[in-house]
Amino acid sequence: MIPSAFEYVRAGSAEEAISLIAEHGDEAKFLAGGHSLVPLMKLRLAQPSVLIDIGRVSDLSYVKDAGDHIAVGALTRHCDVENSPIVMEHAPLLAHATSHVGDPQVRHRGTIGGSLAHADPASDLPATTLALGATYVVQGPNGTREIPAGSFYEGYLTSVLAADEMLTEIRVPKMNGAGWSFQKFNRRAQDWAIVGVAAWRNGSDAGVALVNMASVPVLATSVGSAIASGASIEDAAEQAAIEADPQADLNASVEYRQHLARVLTRRALEEASA
Amino acid sequence: MEISITINGQVVSADVEPRTLLVQFIRDNAGLTGTNIGCDTSSCGACSIHLDGEAAKSCTVLAVQADGGSVTTIEGMASADGTLHPMQQAFMDNHGLQCGYCTPGMVMAATSLLEENPSATEEEIRIGLEGNLCRCTGYHNIVQAVLSCTKS
Repeated sequence: MIPSAFEYVRAGSAEEAISLIAEHGDEAKFLAGGHSLVPLMKLRLAQPSVLIDIGRVSDLSYVKDAGDHIAVGALTRHCDVENSPIVMEHAPLLAHATSHVGDPQVRHRGTIGGSLAHADPASDLPATTLALGATYVVQGPNGTREIPAGSFYEGYLTSVLAADEMLTEIRVPKMNGAGWSFQKFNRRAQDWAIVGVAAWRNGSDAGVALVNMASVPVLATSVGSAIASGASIEDAAEQAAIEADPQADLNASVEYRQHLARVLTRRALEEASA
Repeated sequence: MEISITINGQVVSADVEPRTLLVQFIRDNAGLTGTNIGCDTSSCGACSIHLDGEAAKSCTVLAVQADGGSVTTIEGMASADGTLHPMQQAFMDNHGLQCGYCTPGMVMAATSLLEENPSATEEEIRIGLEGNLCRCTGYHNIVQAVLSCTKS
């Protein structure tokens, strides 16, 4: 399968990428690692007329310790996130969830920013960064703005990112020793999660977010509230599907997804509390 | 667009459409047909090659993305005198193939895996090869072949 024809331009810097997308307008798309976009283009589900290749903007590939949070450049590849000593120490949930993205070949090419900007609710990283309370930094023609992960996702494959904006950095609060768990339920290795749960817990504070339980990643706030008010893990996990709005598909009915969300949340909280 | 990719040590230059996939460039422009196209959706791993030293699925990389880069395919694994790469030899010794269609991708993925984790355990090998499917289901001997190449 071959994508439909497009014009290809290469950006050497974030600034150049933003001026190129302003020049080419709505029909242009950024190409990072290409592991979400190229498959869509091969299936002709996406047919951008211009691709702006940002894969060589090497100064957006980094992991930095920034005091109370870690800063991850949007073009950092999954394999570099999962093996980063800074991520493993301060955001081990992110390192672990990243090691579940696709397979090793995919993680050698795909980037954290590409995955988040693609806004697929079945992907592991949108929910993981949501659970961790991450902030996304985006750059546009008028400068940068910071968007909390909870305000970034609008719908299936849709975010608040404007056509002339580019995701440049992901800021993840340090976990400060919190327990954590990532539960991914799928039928075959390397599949997307039928349902996934990213969770952390530090005493009476807990954050739980759900993969593939709505058209956007879902923060299970009722679970966090239940833990904060002293509920047992079993009782808190019963609240897991309240904020969700899952769809039925070949893999799972709505009721089965809700059941999985409750079971996986219980397992996640048990592991994060151990 | 005029691009150049070093494939198995030889520079291959061609004027290609930007939508040309790396696997097409390897097979059609370089004439190296050892790299197979399987699912064509980045699931099966039959098209795995090394791009700048790391395993990648060449059906999901545009040739223009690899411009200026270095690719190794299955044809580049044996020595010039025909001596097989130790991983190729291990697949032969352990009968790590049945129909052989997945084998080039398996060898490329397995060598990349052991490059990153030379003393991988059997479980790490099974997880590390999750991106490569053998539809003969010959996984047992494939894993044995890779295990025989680890540093114990």
